Amino acid sequence: MKNKSMEFIKEGIKKRRQRWILVTGILTVLACIFSCMMLLLGNTIYPLQDVIRALYGEKIPGVSFAVTTLRLPRMLAGLFAGFAFGVAGHTFQTMLRNPLANPNVIGITAGSSAAAVFCIVILHTSNAVVSIASVIAGLLTVLIIYILSRGSSFSIGRLILVGIGIQAMLNAAISYILLVGAEQDIPAALRWLSGSLNGSQMEELPSLIISVIIFSPVIILLGKRLSMLELGEQAATSLGVHTDKTRIALIVSSVIIIAVATATTGPIAFVAFLAGPIAKRLVGVGLSNIIPAGLVGVNLVLASDLIGQFAFDVRYPVGIITGLLGAPYLIYLLIRMNRKGDL
Amino acid sequence: MSSLTDLAKQQRNAYLPQYLTIVLIISFILLIVSIVSSLAFGSRAVGWNGLIEGLFHPAIDSYDANVVRQRMNRTIFSLLCGVALGVSGALMQAVTRNPIADPSILGVNTGASLFVVSGIAFFHISTSEQYIWFALAGAMITAIFVFGIGSMGRGGATPLKLVLAGAATTAALSSLVIAIMIPRSYVMDQFRFWQVGSVGSASWSSISTFLPFLIIGLLVGIISASALNALALGDEVATGLGVRTGLWRLAAAFAGVILCGATTALAGPIGFVGLLATHVIRLVLGSDQRYIIPISAITGAIILTISDVIGRLLGSPGELEVGVVTAFTGAPILIILAMKAKVRAL
Repeated sequence: MKNKSMEFIKEGIKKRRQRWILVTGILTVLACIFSCMMLLLGNTIYPLQDVIRALYGEKIPGVSFAVTTLRLPRMLAGLFAGFAFGVAGHTFQTMLRNPLANPNVIGITAGSSAAAVFCIVILHTSNAVVSIASVIAGLLTVLIIYILSRGSSFSIGRLILVGIGIQAMLNAAISYILLVGAEQDIPAALRWLSGSLNGSQMEELPSLIISVIIFSPVIILLGKRLSMLELGEQAATSLGVHTDKTRIALIVSSVIIIAVATATTGPIAFVAFLAGPIAKRLVGVGLSNIIPAGLVGVNLVLASDLIGQFAFDVRYPVGIITGLLGAPYLIYLLIRMNRKGDL
Repeated sequence: MSSLTDLAKQQRNAYLPQYLTIVLIISFILLIVSIVSSLAFGSRAVGWNGLIEGLFHPAIDSYDANVVRQRMNRTIFSLLCGVALGVSGALMQAVTRNPIADPSILGVNTGASLFVVSGIAFFHISTSEQYIWFALAGAMITAIFVFGIGSMGRGGATPLKLVLAGAATTAALSSLVIAIMIPRSYVMDQFRFWQVGSVGSASWSSISTFLPFLIIGLLVGIISASALNALALGDEVATGLGVRTGLWRLAAAFAGVILCGATTALAGPIGFVGLLATHVIRLVLGSDQRYIIPISAITGAIILTISDVIGRLLGSPGELEVGVVTAFTGAPILIILAMKAKVRAL
């Protein structure tokens, strides 16, 4: 009898692991396909060999410029920012046990955006400074929201309300900076309001790539503890998790990657919000969803950018497409949560 | 029974008017201050003499006097818009029985924006009379939608549910707004001037377009005040007191949406004035709608006009949209309310 139930459980674990591997594999393949499409497609479609030769550094008139200066940075920015948004969004949603509590809704990305806009438009600082400033601003925003929403007893509802208030102020600050700054054209403004990969440059990328490579493994390694945290404070403690330390490590790492990503691409709407729930749907519960969530983020950003670039007569920035996809889902989620009485 | 009502009357007479007079005096002084500063300050400050010449001596044709006359439109318009937004916030809060209801938080402003943009893009509207009807339709539909989502499920429309429904709807609609705008440069151009959320472009014609809506909204709002007082006790009690709850709630909501829709149509989206105006009043005067509604009209006018002046001073030599200023002063109120709220009530 005991053996049978053990086998049943083992069977389940095995099935879930297989499903995780399958989903992750498919997502990776999709991400590769989208990345290649980002490099191949454009105003002119160059033959595959030319593109590959240009990537290896050969100088081919026309091709080299289009591929290495325009399309490669765009693809890399989308790839790493998408991963960062997905991973960080998922971490927040899991830690706070509420899909609505993601960096977009509670105003963390708005904090990073405001700092980035201030550095770029007013101070004209270098890219490294922009990244550092937006990381600090993101952490500060988290701290302020946390302090303000602590009150007599902590509640996610209060956290979200406070976050929305902070976000309104930060967005006002962004409009003010864009207005005071010299001849800022509308595309730049749109980039900071909804996120865009247009005009991504190689020089902006190193800080994004480095921070994602350093800090997403941290989050992935903490994944098991994150799943335990999801069980609740007491359960996690009795399973041997230092809840406070783990939480701080997770928050700091997530804020760092999301802030740097925001400083590079602008706050691409809803990716951080959508990636986690989609990954959960695909993988199911039980295994850590961090890597799938990151991959879903990558696919969302790259696919939306491709749609934005080529599906219509006009080129839309990626944030508009993700916004149009994400907002109805948010409304659907709200309706479902309200019906179930979760709010 | 009669002694009870007597007692109630005595109590009301005993304590409300005392604060009421003080509040009225203070707000009157502030109103004068805001009007004078709105006339005097800007990219060129005008002194006393210019002010008096411009206002009372139509014959004098000095530079300063003309500047003051130019600023007249703007001042009157911002006062009227402030009245509309203040009353609209008070009505929405009373109808939803919810302290954080405000046109901008509920997404009603963005709904109006979307309809105006669609009007410019697909129906080639260009005058303020046309804007106003599109904005009203958009405001109305969005208000119904957001309130519908927010009041689903257990506990009715709690602040958290309403705010989230409003935020989600705002996000969805503003993506649509930008998506409509990007391919059409002429829309972008026209819309940009409207979107600025400013009272600076006011002309006499826009004021006269605005007035009928303002008057209707105000009248309905003031008439429904005592019914709203009964509604605050809960639907059952209100019905027991002989109030037709459905009718009055609909009327008050309608007035609130008309007021903010018309303002949005002419001035662009301006947020948080309703929140700010009513909560200052509620702190002092308690929760009697018969006082809150008319006095939030005055505080709304003061807040919007002073915010406009601040925007002009901060943004000089250009100017800062008044919506930015009100977001900065109004959002903290939302945060304070969230901090004070009991967890259960969220």
